[in-house]
Amino acid sequence: MTSTDAHDTAARPEPGVSPRRRRAQRVPAALLGPALLGLLFLVLPLAGLVVRAPWSSLPQRLTEPGALTALRLSLQTATAATVVCLLLGVPLAWLLARARFPGRRLVRALVTVPLVLPPVVGGVALLLVFGRRGLLGEWLDSTFGFTLPFTTTGVVVAEAFVAMPFLVIAVEGALRGADARYEEAAATLGAGRWTTFTHVTLPLVAPGVAAGAVLCWARALGEFGATITFAGNYPGITQTMPLAVYQTIEGGDLDGAVVLSLVLLTVSVAILAGLRDKWITSA
Amino acid sequence: MSPVVDAHLVVDRGAFRLDVPLCVAPGEVVALLGPNGAGKTTALRALAGLQPLTAGHLVLAGRDVDRPGQRHWTPPEHRPIGVVFQDYLLFPHLNALDNVAFGLRRHGADRRSARRRAAEWLDRVGLGVQARSRPRQLSGGQAQRVALARALAVDPVLLLLDEPLAALDARTRLDTRAELHGHLDAHPGAALLVTHDPLDALVLADRLVIVEDGRVVQEGDAATITARPRTDYVARLVGLNLYRGVADGHAVRVDDRLTLAVADPLHGDAFVAFPPSAVALHPRRPDGSPRNTWPAVIAGLQRHGDNLRVQLDGPVAVAADVTPAAASHLDLAPGRPVWAAVKAAETRAYPA
Amino acid sequence: MSRGTRIPEEEHVVGRRLARAALAGVTALAMAGLAGCGTDEAGSAPSGSASGVTGKVTVFAAASLTESFTTIGRDFEAANPGTTVTFNFAGSSALANQIDQGAPADVFASAAPKNMQSVVDAGDADGSPTTFVRNQLVIAVAKGNPKGVRALADLTRPGLKVALCAEQVPCGAAATKALAAARVTLTPVTLEQDVKGALSKVKLGEVDAALVYRTDARAAVADVDGVEFPESAEAINDYPIVVLNNAPNRTAARAFVAYVRSDQGTSVLTAAGFQAP
Repeated sequence: MTSTDAHDTAARPEPGVSPRRRRAQRVPAALLGPALLGLLFLVLPLAGLVVRAPWSSLPQRLTEPGALTALRLSLQTATAATVVCLLLGVPLAWLLARARFPGRRLVRALVTVPLVLPPVVGGVALLLVFGRRGLLGEWLDSTFGFTLPFTTTGVVVAEAFVAMPFLVIAVEGALRGADARYEEAAATLGAGRWTTFTHVTLPLVAPGVAAGAVLCWARALGEFGATITFAGNYPGITQTMPLAVYQTIEGGDLDGAVVLSLVLLTVSVAILAGLRDKWITSA
Repeated sequence: MSPVVDAHLVVDRGAFRLDVPLCVAPGEVVALLGPNGAGKTTALRALAGLQPLTAGHLVLAGRDVDRPGQRHWTPPEHRPIGVVFQDYLLFPHLNALDNVAFGLRRHGADRRSARRRAAEWLDRVGLGVQARSRPRQLSGGQAQRVALARALAVDPVLLLLDEPLAALDARTRLDTRAELHGHLDAHPGAALLVTHDPLDALVLADRLVIVEDGRVVQEGDAATITARPRTDYVARLVGLNLYRGVADGHAVRVDDRLTLAVADPLHGDAFVAFPPSAVALHPRRPDGSPRNTWPAVIAGLQRHGDNLRVQLDGPVAVAADVTPAAASHLDLAPGRPVWAAVKAAETRAYPA
Repeated sequence: MSRGTRIPEEEHVVGRRLARAALAGVTALAMAGLAGCGTDEAGSAPSGSASGVTGKVTVFAAASLTESFTTIGRDFEAANPGTTVTFNFAGSSALANQIDQGAPADVFASAAPKNMQSVVDAGDADGSPTTFVRNQLVIAVAKGNPKGVRALADLTRPGLKVALCAEQVPCGAAATKALAAARVTLTPVTLEQDVKGALSKVKLGEVDAALVYRTDARAAVADVDGVEFPESAEAINDYPIVVLNNAPNRTAARAFVAYVRSDQGTSVLTAAGFQAP
């Protein structure tokens, strides 16, 4: 509500005295100023992209196969990474929220490491473990003849590594906020721990899981550093949208980069908005 | 018949220790009554398997379910129990029907028959039309009935109820208490009710177990408990003045300054109880009649039904009920000295 | 509030200082948003140095020049007391973009004429660029060449993983040219964004070979071997250098370019594996 008011004020800076304006004036100026500045700071770069977009050549650029390939790969890998994060991250969040074990605080701190690690470093770290000469990668290669770098699976791994903390933190918060006595009630009705988890705990924290999954997906979609370092860059296999954008800029084609960025933005915002509406109505 | 519950519940939690022996016969309804913090809910949780015992034992329907001495413990989902929680804990994401069907499904019923039997249970508690409602759409009384149906639907050998009426407003509580009474009567298994409301206990239970500070202080049917309270807490619950003293025939010495004459002769440690209505107040020392009199000071006044309840200080604290007419005649006010008098015939004395 | 001690006052001062700093930050942010550039104050003061060259020189140079230009910069500072040389090493196209956006640079040294041309076309160059060195591709392989790579054609062997630079960057363009000259078609596992990226994939052992500049292979001699191949002659990269139009310190910029092209500069560059033009 407040943001709507602030927006109104921004749109009409002249001192008109409509009732709505009077309502907006009740926002403390000390908050309103920085808030507007903050909004401007976030929105202006987007506006820059829109203004700079080569609208006349847009249709032709959009249909270029490279752009669509990268977009499809981005959506597929981000979704796959989110699924991986859900499968591994929800149980991890449960462990952090419900189980008591020594070193739990340390584990919680470790989980957030990918948040502060520069993604490129994350990519190098992944190489050192899953790379062809890595701790696990060497064994995978010699045993199964299977390597992760330069594969689409590698992209999913890199994205999941960087995005998982967002999911874990969101779900752990939801689990801590949920009333554990519902789980006790389920137990007295004959539900084992697994059934309790799937039939009671998960539905109770579903909004938290959904929010975490959205954050996770968005982070995976924008992933660049870990992906290019760990999975490399090859069109159709490992070149996701952010990599394609970067390469286009490197090639001096700023217009092309702007178009790709806009496509990525539009598609992700549309998907997120669609999901959000669905959840709000079902909640 | 062997008891449904044969237990010695011991839970040690540092500063607090629960130590309650408990037996419940088939079909019996037992109320665990006590002040807040007495350990009633801990006892219920121990029975349900939500709180492991630290010592003692728990045998449910002939089966050991908790015996710490032998490191044996059965989790709640494998105990033949049903629990109605204080705030019901209906699953918010399931409608009333699916809440009731939840336990049936966990006990092996397929979806269709679980729903059918759940619907029957909702009909039985009078909520057939609310089957599709989510818990937040139900009133407090309706939620309580769904919770009861959910607990009873799995045919528990032992039904546990934790303050089942505490969350309801006064009027709903009256109706729901009567209904609950009917369902408990119809329930073939045993039931254990935890409450701090003596009325709930008296109306619903066959037998009362009074717990204070983790220990059983008194046990018996409603008539015994109300007639012969053994602690201040029980005396307050049933509305009696209670004193402990040493009896010698018809005289019970309850204080250095006060010996009460009683109708029932006995010897040794004894309790003396009498209702506030048995206490008469006089402006001066009454003379003549062979009754107990002592000087007192008015400590407080409050309405009690149609009468006034007067709290008195003196050799012993005592409550007296006087009519408004008598009160104005005596010009009662806190701090005023009066004489209290109780006829021996209105006291009840029994061994401590 | 008036407790009679000085501590609250000090807190107050600190608070005000913080507020001022925050305000400055916000203002800077706003300015950056509006103008997209800052200005460099260094360089205009007349000097007491013998050569008349003093102040700060900002050099935007291709990543492949990192080692040799760092040495040249140090030598230049020693020869011209009172000067400091600051480098911005990155991919040539990224540097060209930054210059186009108004970055305050004095000198631009590109790894390919194409990126230099875009700077010239934008009117950012002062005079015409001159080629100061050339670079040639080699095949970088793990130390000891365990896969026995001898020629470009060996790179097409099944199971051999190869990293190339993306075609948009100079080393990628050169690689494409060389492969065409050798009539070799190969599918790399990755197209790296700069030559250092391709080289690090070899160092980490993730790929068996990469086409990199001879200078890069030589700089990483501890970890990789460089295999020369004849077709690299078809894909020789010219490195042009130029003084920029909005150079804050044009005198020093010219002096630096002259120093790079001097005998001292050339010897540093050839020692690193570059060829004189």
